[in-house]
Amino acid sequence: MNLNLVRHFEGIPNPKTTKLPFLLPLLLAALFVAGWELTVRLTDLPAFILPSPALVAARFLRALADGTLLYHAAVTFVQVVSGLFAGVLSALLLGYAIAKSRLFERLVSPFLVASQAIPIVAIAPLLVIWFGPGMFSKVLIGALIVFFPVLVNTVVGLRAVPRSLYELMRSLRASRWQILRLLEIPAAMPVFLGGLRIGATLSVIGSVVGELVGADRGLGFLINVGRGQYDTALVFVAVFTLIALALALYGVVLLLESRLLAWQRQ
Amino acid sequence: MTRKTPPPVVSVHHLSVLFADGGASSPEEGFHALGPVTFSVYPREFVCVLGPSGSGKSTLLRALAGLLSPTKGEISFAGGERPRIGFVFQQANLMPWRSVLANITLPLEIENVPAGAARLRALELVELVGLQGFENSLPRDLSGGMAQRVALARALAHDPEILLLDEPFGSLDALTRERMWSELSRIWQARQKTVIMVTHSISEALFLADRVLVLTARPGRVKLDLTVDLPRPREEEMRYTLHFGRLARRLKEAIE
Ligand SMILES: Nc1ncnc2c1ncn2[C@@H]1O[C@H](COP(=O)(O)OP(=O)(O)O)[C@@H](O)[C@H]1O
Ligand SMILES: [Mg+2]
Repeated sequence: MNLNLVRHFEGIPNPKTTKLPFLLPLLLAALFVAGWELTVRLTDLPAFILPSPALVAARFLRALADGTLLYHAAVTFVQVVSGLFAGVLSALLLGYAIAKSRLFERLVSPFLVASQAIPIVAIAPLLVIWFGPGMFSKVLIGALIVFFPVLVNTVVGLRAVPRSLYELMRSLRASRWQILRLLEIPAAMPVFLGGLRIGATLSVIGSVVGELVGADRGLGFLINVGRGQYDTALVFVAVFTLIALALALYGVVLLLESRLLAWQRQ
Repeated sequence: MTRKTPPPVVSVHHLSVLFADGGASSPEEGFHALGPVTFSVYPREFVCVLGPSGSGKSTLLRALAGLLSPTKGEISFAGGERPRIGFVFQQANLMPWRSVLANITLPLEIENVPAGAARLRALELVELVGLQGFENSLPRDLSGGMAQRVALARALAHDPEILLLDEPFGSLDALTRERMWSELSRIWQARQKTVIMVTHSISEALFLADRVLVLTARPGRVKLDLTVDLPRPREEEMRYTLHFGRLARRLKEAIE
C-alpha cells in the first residue's frame, strides 16, 4: 500500500494496480458499509448526523428518480472534464516551452513555484466573485489545480528523452514536428500519464471547491443544499457520486496507461 | 591513397572541430577535438577509421552526418547536398516503445513512405539481418547482437548512400562480433553502399575495410591511409596469412 502511494505520487505506473482483482476492494467496501450500519444501530444517532446506509440508498434512488442527481452530476462532470482538459492543455504547451528553453524556464519558473504557495481554496472565492457563480469559475479552478502536477511531469518527461535518440532523428533529417510526434510524445508519455493520473483526481476537487464556494448547480451545490435542509442523506449521496466520478476518471487514465504503455509491461 | 576514376562520394577538406568550453570566448579558442583532416571516400568504398580513444573519431562521424558543424574546413558531397545517411551508433539506440519492425520503418516514416510499402521494405531487411520471427518483439527482449542488427537494418531502411558506423560492435562479445562482421560484409556487398566505420579493433578493420585511416591522438589527424588489398570474401583463416600480419603490424605501429 505504502509503495503504491509513493508510486502514485511519483507518477510511476504500477503494473499490478492496473490488473488488480476487484474482489479485495469490494470486500473492504462491504466491511465499511457493515461497520457504518453497526455504528448507526449502536449509537442511535439522529439521521441528520449519521443516516444509515439504507437511508442513503433510498435517498439515492429518489434523487435518481426525480432527475436531480443526474442533472447535478452532469454539471460537475462537464466542469471537471473541461477543467482537466484546459489544465492539461495549458500545462502541455507551457511544459514544452519550458523543457525546450532554459531562458523561458528561468523566466517563468519563479512565478510558477510561487503560485503553488497559494492555497487554491483561499483564492476560489475571489475567482467566483470575478467570474461569477456559473460554470466558468469552476472550470478555471479545476484547470489551475490540475495545471501544476501535469506541467512538472511534462517537463520531467521531455527532459528525460535520451540525447542519442534526438541525434538519431536528426541524422534521419526529421522535422521538428516529426521529432515531436515520433520521439518526444511517446518518450515522455509514461511520465506525463503519471501526472495526468494525479491531475484527474485533482480536477474533481477543483470543481467541487468552486461549487462549495458559490454555485447554483453541481454536486458541490447539492452538498450545500443537503446541509442547509438537514438532509444529510443527500450530502452522502452527493459525496459518493463525487467519489464515483473521481474513480471513473482515474480508471480512464489507467486504461490509457495500459493501452499506451503496453510496451513497458513485464 | 587509392586512385579511382569516379569522383568521391564525400571529400573532407582541412576539417577541424573545436568545442567551446568554459573560458573560451570563440570556438577558435575552444577545445580542439579533431583535425585538421583531409581525405576523400569513393563510391562503394568501405573505409575504417582507427585511432586512440578521444582522438575525435565520433566527432568526425557526427560532422559527416551533419549533427555538428565544422569549426574550420569543409565537407563536400558528390551531389552538392548531403545525401541520405544511415547512422549506426555504439549503442543500438532503438526506440523502446517500438517493435523491431516499427524501429526499422522509422526512417521510412520520416520520409513519408506509405505504411504498406514501408512494412514490406522492413520485412525484407528483417530477413537480410536474420531476425525472422522477431518482427514484433520489443527491444528489451533482444540480445545486444540482435539489437545491433535491428540498428543496422534501420540504418539501411531508407536506402542511404552513405552508411556511418560508430563502433557498432563494441559492446558485443567476440563471437557475436565476428558473426556480425561477416553479415555486414555480406550486406555491404549486396547493397553496394559507401561505408565509413569507426572501430578500435585492427582485425575488424582488416576484415571489413578497403581502406583504413588511422588518426593521431587528440586532436586527430590522418596519420596513415592504408589500402587493404586482402582478397574478398575474407575468411577467418585470412588472419594467419603473412600479408594480414604485415598489414596488422603497420596499423599497430601507426596507432602507438
Ligand atoms: N559535445 C562535446 N563537447 C565538448 N567536448 C566534446 C564533445 N564531444 C566530444 N568531445 C571531446 O572531444 C574529444 C574527441 O571525442 P570523440 O570524438 O568522442 O573521440 P573518440 O570517438 O575518438 O573516442 C574528446 O576529448 C571528447 O571529450
Ligand atoms: Mg567514440
